[in-house]
Amino acid sequence: MTTTLPVLPVPHVPARAPHAMPTLAVWKFASCDGCQLTLLNCEDELMALAGRIRIAYFPEATRAVVDGPYDVSLVEGSVTTPEEIERIGHIREMSRTLVTIGACASAGGIQALRNFGDVAEFRSVVYAHPEYLSTLARSTPISAHVSVDFELRGCPVDKGQLLEVLSAYIQGRRPRIPTYSVCVECKRRGAVCVTVAHGTPCLGPVTQAGCGALCPAFARGCYGCFGPQDTPNTAALADRLLAGGMAPVDVMRIYRTFNAASEPFRRESERHEPGPDDDARDDAPHDAAADARPEREVPR
Amino acid sequence: MTHKLSDGGQVLEVGTLARVEGEGGMHISFRDGRVEDVQLRIYEPPRFYEGFLRGRAWTEPPDITARICGICPVAYQFSSCLAIEDACGVTVPDAIRTVRRLLYCGEWIESHALHVFLLHAPDFLGYDGAIEMARDHPHVVEMGLRIKKAGNDLMTVVGGRSVHPVNVRVGGFYRMPTRVELHRLRPALARALDDAVATVSLVATFDVPDWEQPWTYLSLRPDHGYPIEGGRVVTSTGADWDVRDFPQHVTEVHVPHSTALHARLDGEDTPYVVGPLARYTLNHHRLSPLAKDVAHEAGLGSTCRNPFRSIVVRSVELVYALEEALRIVDAWADGVAPSVPVPARAGEGFGATEAPRGVLFHRYRLDDDGTILDAQIVPPTSQNQPSIEADLRVMAERWTVLSDDDLSHRCEHAIRNYDPCISCATHFLDLRVERS
Repeated sequence: MTTTLPVLPVPHVPARAPHAMPTLAVWKFASCDGCQLTLLNCEDELMALAGRIRIAYFPEATRAVVDGPYDVSLVEGSVTTPEEIERIGHIREMSRTLVTIGACASAGGIQALRNFGDVAEFRSVVYAHPEYLSTLARSTPISAHVSVDFELRGCPVDKGQLLEVLSAYIQGRRPRIPTYSVCVECKRRGAVCVTVAHGTPCLGPVTQAGCGALCPAFARGCYGCFGPQDTPNTAALADRLLAGGMAPVDVMRIYRTFNAASEPFRRESERHEPGPDDDARDDAPHDAAADARPEREVPR
Repeated sequence: MTHKLSDGGQVLEVGTLARVEGEGGMHISFRDGRVEDVQLRIYEPPRFYEGFLRGRAWTEPPDITARICGICPVAYQFSSCLAIEDACGVTVPDAIRTVRRLLYCGEWIESHALHVFLLHAPDFLGYDGAIEMARDHPHVVEMGLRIKKAGNDLMTVVGGRSVHPVNVRVGGFYRMPTRVELHRLRPALARALDDAVATVSLVATFDVPDWEQPWTYLSLRPDHGYPIEGGRVVTSTGADWDVRDFPQHVTEVHVPHSTALHARLDGEDTPYVVGPLARYTLNHHRLSPLAKDVAHEAGLGSTCRNPFRSIVVRSVELVYALEEALRIVDAWADGVAPSVPVPARAGEGFGATEAPRGVLFHRYRLDDDGTILDAQIVPPTSQNQPSIEADLRVMAERWTVLSDDDLSHRCEHAIRNYDPCISCATHFLDLRVERS
């Protein structure tokens, strides 16, 4: 069932008083806390940061609460309950700048795997007391509900990129975050290509940079935790993976993890879903009807 | 905030608990000055991990379940590795087990330093948070951040990064750290060890209410050393069983006010406790000589049953984890194969490790091609929820004379004694529960 969710316009939040210290708020939706922990993991920068920006709302770090509006809101997590739809609207109204941090807030996260579930099968799972629960059928990114000023990628976000984004908004400029692929970082790092040298499956060509080509440096293929780069050729890479001997179900799985609901990865994973009659549909043509299947559509 | 009820009762509500991982609140109702009901309310939305693990490959749980918790991803990675290796009939060599212990030490150091200094110490020193505390106690906060950084740097070298490390796989690692890389960590680890010893002395001076909890304690116990990356299950009532028997002893109950399940031990209505107090009380004799000495100087005996002193035990565990890390780093020799093959087979496997906040249990059932048929995860905070509520009941009774603000602050403190990880505890509602 499709629910059309209204995207709210950017609100007119009153301007900050001249010379006032900018305020920061950190909000949590469905997530693991790892992206906001990344802020506390800036051990060398945390105290300096606290001198430049006032931490006005950050429950993981302090009981103190300063009322909004806030200059910068960092939002972690995806929207998965009816209450959260309402809550993100209020947060947008209180925020001059709203930045999503991480794969959950920017793409729906690993919990968006529920979006692919057969709803009937999902419901057949026996809960002790399902009536205690309030949850939506799908996990959606923040941008499905309100306008977002910047989406910072990663599962988790990179500490250096997080500091760059915060600095940029404190200074009133756009963040400088590259949108090219992990391959570019891998070449710069001087790492040996794990696919060419060892035949290891790697999502580096279709994944956005930001991690510093971490996985190839640890002798494994990239698993796509920063989501799709700006011009990903997911089909060409899938063909290469299949030619290298990967089973179609594994091609589906490799595209279907922490950024499963991001449009390019979602489409590619659906191309490799086992069909109703065969367990291994390997070279099915792109199924345009699948893209339009309402229960799988992720509103942007 | 208290509200008077029309029938004369009163309700104390804290909507959002601060300085815990994840989202929860607290609800205490009073009638005639007596506590009527206590609820740790967990409204963190469920993410259904156990649901979508079904149909995934046996090699995937370390990467997928790490995402349950950004503060203790290594706990999820290693509990899942142990369970899958058990299902496939594989035991990893000692060298791989040693590197697991090393990476896990990094996580204990990072997580304990975060909790001791940034989340818990402000309760004792009277601040809203560590940033506020840093204005008056800059050296304390700097020391905490230094220890935390040493843990994060260790995780980065061994695991690739501190949140959701990339180097862990079923059967071992993708790449072993080199002796040179590990030795670069030595100065920061050695300094952090000195800092941790100073931390124990500092937190030992904090005022705590005089109270001992009577609950059963449960922890792992390995063949040698203090429990971290595995072992058998032992309890303060003298039980000693294999991790495979966990589902027979621990059952989970779904209550209306929480999206996390409540765990029960052997069908008992009284709570049981996992985490630092349980580990220490059941394994104190296995600490290193230095850790034992600092514990003794801090006034800890061979057991510790006061949850407000958990900050002291966590600091003692910091000393132990830093010593262990240094011991492993110093003894490390290159040339070890990073992993062993774990071929898929049909079967069921069980695994448990000691997350910083207590025992984390995983169970998987696999098809013959390694497809996951069924998964079960029991996180530490689910197990501790009943004892958190029981503590709150005792404390609220004792503190009814306090003002609303003070009472709510003290109760929040009592919750933070457990370092609860609400993100971990939630998301496990997709169980195939047979009770109805």
